[in-house]
Amino acid sequence: MRIQRSCLLCYAREMTANDDNIIEIRDLWFARGATPIFKGLNADIKRGHVTALMGPSGTGKTTLLRLITRQLRPDSGRILVDGVDIADLSKSDLYKLRKRFGMLFQNGALLTDLTVFENVAFPLREHTSLSNRLIRHVVLTKLHAVGLRGAADMLPRELSGGMARRVALARAMATDPDILIYDEPFVGLDPISMGVIVRLVRRMNDALGITSIIVSHDVDEVSTVADISYLLSDGTVAASGSPAELNRASSELVRQFMHGMADGPVAFHYQAPDYAEQLLGRDSE
Amino acid sequence: MLREAYVSLVVFVRTFGALTLFLLELIVQVPRVFVRRFPLIVAQVYNAGSLSLVIIMVCGAFVGGVLALQGYANLTRFNAEDAVGIFAGFALIKELGPVITALLFAGRAGTALASEIGLMKATDQLAAMEMMAVDPVRRVVVPRFLGGVIAMPLLVAVFSMIGLLGAHMVGVMLLNIDVGAFWQQMQSTLGLRDVMEGILKSIVFGIIASLLAVWEGYNAIPTAEGVSRATTRTVVLTAIAVLISDFMITAWFLR
Repeated sequence: MRIQRSCLLCYAREMTANDDNIIEIRDLWFARGATPIFKGLNADIKRGHVTALMGPSGTGKTTLLRLITRQLRPDSGRILVDGVDIADLSKSDLYKLRKRFGMLFQNGALLTDLTVFENVAFPLREHTSLSNRLIRHVVLTKLHAVGLRGAADMLPRELSGGMARRVALARAMATDPDILIYDEPFVGLDPISMGVIVRLVRRMNDALGITSIIVSHDVDEVSTVADISYLLSDGTVAASGSPAELNRASSELVRQFMHGMADGPVAFHYQAPDYAEQLLGRDSE
Repeated sequence: MLREAYVSLVVFVRTFGALTLFLLELIVQVPRVFVRRFPLIVAQVYNAGSLSLVIIMVCGAFVGGVLALQGYANLTRFNAEDAVGIFAGFALIKELGPVITALLFAGRAGTALASEIGLMKATDQLAAMEMMAVDPVRRVVVPRFLGGVIAMPLLVAVFSMIGLLGAHMVGVMLLNIDVGAFWQQMQSTLGLRDVMEGILKSIVFGIIASLLAVWEGYNAIPTAEGVSRATTRTVVLTAIAVLISDFMITAWFLR
């Protein structure tokens, strides 16, 4: 009887959790060739929050984004978006789902043969039958939101890295997605552009009620913008919580990562044979 | 040794199968793309055609000229220099027009297509389209494929025409072959069947050259090295495939 009741409780808890979570990742396994990337990863993305996926390079943060958007398929485990397992979707359903996503790629991934204006207009022209007048209106609004209305007629090659990323953000927002995904939005930006992007992420999230997912290893920037952070390591979630909680965490790994210490659980050296032996050893090869 | 041969045979059969499926996928998409993205196709015909037009006109003129020279040098031994027109016409319309155009197309437009698509892949543009729920095959690959397929017969026609003019210039104006004999003999000997052979070849080569270019670009390893390899392979594979299929079509027409 007691067991039954506790199960009911779990069930009830799961129900409420389901409503809060827009994306749920359950027991995710994924390998690239013989190298395992994820070994039973579990994570929830809360609706309306800014969630950060952090971790040292090579822990598969970008891979996780590609799994969430089904650009890649997991070896096993489930990824649920609003309770629907995305592995089961047909191509047309997948495309329907993807219209709810906006993704900001690391380098912007603007279409190089189109102007800034046409880049932002691209998803609108593809998916809506809006009149040119209306499209112009929407595009200019989105460009204005990222401060680049004046660059509408420029080509992607004329933009700086920070500008390209802002255009890409405007494009990702063009169709008013529910979920915005940022892949390393802070890499290679000068402090001013970085501040601009950080503020934009927060503003989009709060003003439009979007759910945001940020992949990054810039601890300081993420701390200012994220509600919840997941620290990935060795194929699973090593720690999760608000930036303040992570900062206080006692785990060696979390402390090493959050405070940028050179050596710790994540070794400075990549796996290698013994140094002295390799230097002094005969030239066997 | 035997094992290696077996492995490469398996790889070949697999690649060929994947290529065939890719072609079928493109063909299935063609009507839809034709209706919904017609301006893109026009742009790609212009792109592939205009890229190759100058090189094809220059080469056509000189190939025609060489044919007239060689034809004259050999036919004059039999006092048959009037037949230079027939010789140049047959060679250009049935063989050299389609084949050389296809090879030039691969070198000029094919490489551009492969590297463009490869670079779009390397810079995540294709992935970005996927994420915007736009099928890159429909948006990027099919229009480029169709552009090449439509442009090739037009380019072949231009090549053969300029080639005949080149032969006329060298044969009639330089070597003083009788202009009436030159054109009249060509006209009476070259039949519809010969022209059809040239047209069929131009269509087949257009499909081969465009398919291999978009295939190599779409499947390029998304790095600088991968894109450069894809570009090279486009030219090499197109040359081989065009020459093999040329032999087969010729044999079929002579049966």
